[in-house]
Amino acid sequence: MSAPAALQARDLGWATRGLRATSIVERVSLEVRPGEMLGLIGPNGSGKSTVLRLLSGILVPTQGEVLLDGQALRALPRRALARQLAFVSQMADTQDAIDVWDAVELGRTPWLSALQPLSAEDGRIVRAALAAVGLEHKQRSAWSTLSGGERQRVHIARALAQQPGVLLLDEPTNHLDIHQQLSLMQLVRALPITKVVALHDLNQALACDRLAVMCAGRLVAQGIPREILTPALLHDVFRVQAAELVDPQDGALVLRFKPLDSSFP
Amino acid sequence: MLRLILLISAALAALAVAILLGVAIGETRLSPSVVWQVLANQLAGAQYPVDPIDQGIVWNYRLARALVAASCGAGLAISGVILQSLLRNALAEPYLLGISAGASTGAVLVSVAGLGAGAISMTTGAFFGAVCAFALVALLAHAAGSGGLRNSAQIVLAGIAGSQLFNALTSLIITKSGSAEQARGIMFWMLGNLSGVRWSDTLLTTCIAVAGMAVCLWHARALDAFTFGSESAAALGVAVRRVQLVLLLVAALITAVMVSIVGAIGFVGLVIPHAARFMVGVRHRRLIPASALIGAVFLIAADVISRTLIPGQVLPIGVITALVGAPVFAGILLKGRGGRA
Repeated sequence: MSAPAALQARDLGWATRGLRATSIVERVSLEVRPGEMLGLIGPNGSGKSTVLRLLSGILVPTQGEVLLDGQALRALPRRALARQLAFVSQMADTQDAIDVWDAVELGRTPWLSALQPLSAEDGRIVRAALAAVGLEHKQRSAWSTLSGGERQRVHIARALAQQPGVLLLDEPTNHLDIHQQLSLMQLVRALPITKVVALHDLNQALACDRLAVMCAGRLVAQGIPREILTPALLHDVFRVQAAELVDPQDGALVLRFKPLDSSFP
Repeated sequence: MLRLILLISAALAALAVAILLGVAIGETRLSPSVVWQVLANQLAGAQYPVDPIDQGIVWNYRLARALVAASCGAGLAISGVILQSLLRNALAEPYLLGISAGASTGAVLVSVAGLGAGAISMTTGAFFGAVCAFALVALLAHAAGSGGLRNSAQIVLAGIAGSQLFNALTSLIITKSGSAEQARGIMFWMLGNLSGVRWSDTLLTTCIAVAGMAVCLWHARALDAFTFGSESAAALGVAVRRVQLVLLLVAALITAVMVSIVGAIGFVGLVIPHAARFMVGVRHRRLIPASALIGAVFLIAADVISRTLIPGQVLPIGVITALVGAPVFAGILLKGRGGRA
């Protein structure tokens, strides 16, 4: 037996309620091992974000259950959960005139009671979180002055200030320029905790320890990137023709995609 | 800790000065020493010789009125803070959202149409009216899509629909059940009117304002966690549904109590939180007390102006707050134009 899973989904399902109830995610079972970075990939509308929200406890599954360190998520109080697991949603924005330090300090919320002031220790944790994302020099900058990449770093720093064992990120590189995409992925990869990252870019996904592939609400493959990103899977799930190229500089694998049908000459 | 005590003392001192000025200024201008002597006579049992007419003006008329104005201003400002934070919308406010209109309808249903046959109070009626109106406006905005109450256009449109509906219902009830005399009085009350408040009103509004502020301060950290939306608040361990339910009910209750006593005073909940954010920042630990203080001072000042602007006449206080509030509302609309309005 390998080490117990840090986060585990058992037969997860989620459906919208009401008259037009539609099943969004069905029978998803997956395991996230301690310390690894698991990439969650799939085409638009395949249910990546929903699975991530189910894993985070923000959505409650209509079927199955999520286990965090072997404990049912449902049985954990919200605050206790937020101390063990942090979730960074896609490009959360605010119009409030908040500065970087205050935004990161929000990460201490689950550790503090209603009227308890922040201690020196909380300040140290916030500073460490800012340092981990390389934003110490921007701590008094206003949110509205930050670039997209910096905002995403602030969100990650806030999540780190929660001191979680597991970090969930929903498409963290969306809308970022290529330089910011690469440096953000490097930063995420280097974080010494368990990570689950929903990703769009398959070449970025190659950098994950393992991948879980979603298609039409179901999990269709799970494993090491090089083993599961086969031409057949890319054809069936992503509907592209893929060629594997090797970068002559460092021998890294690169995927190149072509459309299946060239209806637009 | 020392800083906190100093700040609280400074805030209470500012409030006391505003109340004293509110009591001293009016059609009959009274010197601060007369005001002081009356207060000393009433509160400390001193025996200063004061003209009984001055004594009546200060104690029964102006002081009760200033205290109601202060607690209404504080309460409405806190309602505005709650609504703006939870709905993530800079334009959220009890008056614009139709909550005040709903409270008016509820109050009139009890006081004029005689709903409940005397068993329920006007304030209770106003509370149910306020909750109904908020539920209706929220449903309408939600059904209209595009982010529901978080979208400025939806909130303003749904609020207009709600206000118009409830104001029409109020007029209908008054015309159908009230006498002409009643109707005139109530139309004046609907614009916001502090005339005729009594000491019993003062007690109720003060208790509600203080209790509302205490509940909000207790949730200050949770309100902060809503900075990046309710999903991010949930991820930070906030019981989102419970906090939203408790605080929205508090906002409805404060609005209902204030409306049932002084009528629908608009724009206080909009202007004051924005002014307070400008001065003390967005963190609720400071924003809530600052909004309450500024709201209290603002409404005392608005009341003084409404009593003195036109000699011999008292303007509805809602006219003064709208004169200040409407341009601020326009300013927020224009400022939001560039961003994600």
